[in-house]
Amino acid sequence: MGLLEKHQFIERNATLLLVGSLVVVSIGGIVEIAPLFYLENTIEKVEGMRPYSPLELAGRSIYIREGCYVCHSQMIRPFRDEVERYGHYSLAAESMYDHSFQWGSKRTGPDLARVGDRYSNEWHVQHLVEPRDVVPESVMPSYAFLKETPLKVTDVSMELKANRAVGVPYSDEMVASAKADLAAQADPNSDISGLLQRYPKAKIGDFDGDAQNLTEMDALVAYLQMLGTLVDFSTYDDAAGYR
Amino acid sequence: MNYVSETILLAVGTFLALLGAAFAYDSLFAAHMWVLFFVLLVSTVVMLRKISFAPAGQTSKSSVQSEYFDEVIKYGTIATVFWGVVGFLVGVVVALQLAFPDLNIEPWFNFGRVRPLHTSAVIFAFGGNALIATSFYVVQRTCRARLFGGNLAWFVFWGYQLFIVMAATGYLLGISQSREYAEPEWYVDLWLTVVWVAYLLVFLGTILKRKEPHIYVANWFYLSFIVTIAMLHVVNNLAIPVSFLGVKSYSAFAGVQDALTQWWYGHNAVGFFLTSGFLGMMYYFVPKQVNRPVYSYRLSIIHFWALIFMYIWAGPHHLHYTALPDWAQTLGMVFSVMLWMPSWGGMINGLMTLSGAWDKIRTDPIVRMMVMAIAFYGMATFEGPMMSVKAVNSLSHYTDWTIGHVHSGALGWNGMITFGAIYYLTPKLWNRRRLYSLQLVNWHFWLATLGIVVYAAVMWVAGVQQGLMWREYDDQGFLVYSFAESVAAMFPYYVLRAVGGAMFLTGALLMAFNVTMTILGYERQETVPGAAPALQPAE
Amino acid sequence: MEAYTALRQFADSWGLLGMALFFLGVVLFTLRPGADAQAKEAAQIPLKED
Repeated sequence: MGLLEKHQFIERNATLLLVGSLVVVSIGGIVEIAPLFYLENTIEKVEGMRPYSPLELAGRSIYIREGCYVCHSQMIRPFRDEVERYGHYSLAAESMYDHSFQWGSKRTGPDLARVGDRYSNEWHVQHLVEPRDVVPESVMPSYAFLKETPLKVTDVSMELKANRAVGVPYSDEMVASAKADLAAQADPNSDISGLLQRYPKAKIGDFDGDAQNLTEMDALVAYLQMLGTLVDFSTYDDAAGYR
Repeated sequence: MNYVSETILLAVGTFLALLGAAFAYDSLFAAHMWVLFFVLLVSTVVMLRKISFAPAGQTSKSSVQSEYFDEVIKYGTIATVFWGVVGFLVGVVVALQLAFPDLNIEPWFNFGRVRPLHTSAVIFAFGGNALIATSFYVVQRTCRARLFGGNLAWFVFWGYQLFIVMAATGYLLGISQSREYAEPEWYVDLWLTVVWVAYLLVFLGTILKRKEPHIYVANWFYLSFIVTIAMLHVVNNLAIPVSFLGVKSYSAFAGVQDALTQWWYGHNAVGFFLTSGFLGMMYYFVPKQVNRPVYSYRLSIIHFWALIFMYIWAGPHHLHYTALPDWAQTLGMVFSVMLWMPSWGGMINGLMTLSGAWDKIRTDPIVRMMVMAIAFYGMATFEGPMMSVKAVNSLSHYTDWTIGHVHSGALGWNGMITFGAIYYLTPKLWNRRRLYSLQLVNWHFWLATLGIVVYAAVMWVAGVQQGLMWREYDDQGFLVYSFAESVAAMFPYYVLRAVGGAMFLTGALLMAFNVTMTILGYERQETVPGAAPALQPAE
Repeated sequence: MEAYTALRQFADSWGLLGMALFFLGVVLFTLRPGADAQAKEAAQIPLKED
């Protein structure tokens, strides 16, 4: 009987099995992921968003290196309690320059999507050096070594170029002045007009309280202090951004 | 056996690692290349010592090909036990770090670096080795053919161990992509891709040269696991490195797209690594251990297609209420709930394989272990769809409930079915009459089961409490608890969780001892629990 | 973009129906009376001596 023979063919042909499973498992991914690259609300640009400054980017790399995402989310859900606790719910556009995203999956510690400007630089440094000095209930590890470790970025313009290769709009000017910008942002006495023009709202200052050295602590605090501060929600139109 | 060309390749690799260390773009890459250099150096020396320099023709004493290639599976079994103990131990350490933060040793042993070590050690080192070893065993037995590709299987095994070592040392050094369960950086990912393609070749090649007309269903599950993981791994790890001699890379995707790609990967790592592959294990080892065919072979085929068809859609349930568009969230939720059906179909199929031999649960501790594994599979695949419902997820997400759910699946299902398979395999592979001790298996069973129950129950309570505290309002409309108060409230649960984990670890240590003694050829004199009592002669 | 539109078109229309029918076909095919003997045979594979 013809039908039976055909069936045996399917059941006994390894290549067909392989191709069959591959086709079946590809479809879900294509249909779910592909639209995100084209849909307006996932690629819209919101007023205020800009690429990370070189120092912030270096701080972000430290955030990733230390696995902060393991305990801290950066994604505020649109619930009353979360909005009251952490601020306006997170927009898709706010992580548009995040390669990779830092939304996290677990809140052993609080959400950090809008931690910028909430505490002073001194608070952050003290908290990172000895978390239980400022939050007695905290179970966070100590990161005192960041204060002692000089910030070593082999060539920060290369970091910007790699980001540009994956779609972050760093201009040639930004790349060219990256090294100077990195140092200037942590130095309150430097000329920062160019830096602020390239990276509006960038926080300038000696973040770690040690004016002599540019440390990893400077970079990490600079990153934390800008989180969630770029979009001005007093002028943002919620209805227009509804997903 | 002479491995001259392999040894030369290793030596070349060693030299390249040294060059990598010398010309590194950043200090982390240099450190990582030094690790690679020493690992490869030791391997080269070991290989050199194995080379026999006798004239050709006199060394071919082992050229007779036995029917099955089991040597690599023996190594795989030992590696599974070893990495299992390591992974569980690191798990207990990180659990204690959350309860007692002074246990963090900065910078290398801070929680943020050690937790990826724990997750990767149990999923990829323990689970991965178990899958590779058992798939090699099962595919040979059910195809009645020797592994395809000769020494390629050795490459798969040792290449995979190298991947594990590089990933693990990388985490401690601080080399991470920050993609959960895909933390290794670009060059380690590339290496895994090479190893994985070799794995696919060995597995598929063996199926193609089989002597059995049918492809047994366990192989379907294994094959879909290998193929899908290859696809997920490649897509999720697309990234541009800053320098070809540096550790840092930036993901090809950003923000929302990156999040969905990552959780499409993350969820299907659960679906295809921890479910499909281990179901392959179930469909072989359960029938073997109870000595009956699977309850319904036709159900197993439907199980297969339904599972792989639906699993791949479920990823967005990790991103409920985030900036991901609503339609994608809803799609993920619907498919997650539908997934409940094939999962339970598979569970019923596994359990009913025992029909007519239910007494074995009482008499055979290995069968008991497998049954408990299937039961936990059922529980976890019930809890999962429930948590993917948006209303439930709004409470459970970001809390320890998720952690409890993952562990009831990972410890209960993946752990227990692997333990069962190892207890089955060890006497077979080393040609022993039986295990060293079945009573120890029994102890292992109870320690592991109680450990999981403690763990899952405690984390469930902890998670629900956490979620409720975060959203608790008082009469005036103010939030009642600060975040720090919710952290403090977790302390007793974190301690109890560590106790549950320690019980599970103790069980695994008993297994390591039992397996070692079995390999060494000892047999403990004991009455097998539940077996018929020895009859006394009438007086 | 064209590739995406085409795929989305495929997934939204006859393609979806096709996939659903394919799945139903697999189920029915597996359950058809003639498959019983084959399934029984295949189920015995692990139990043959090794």
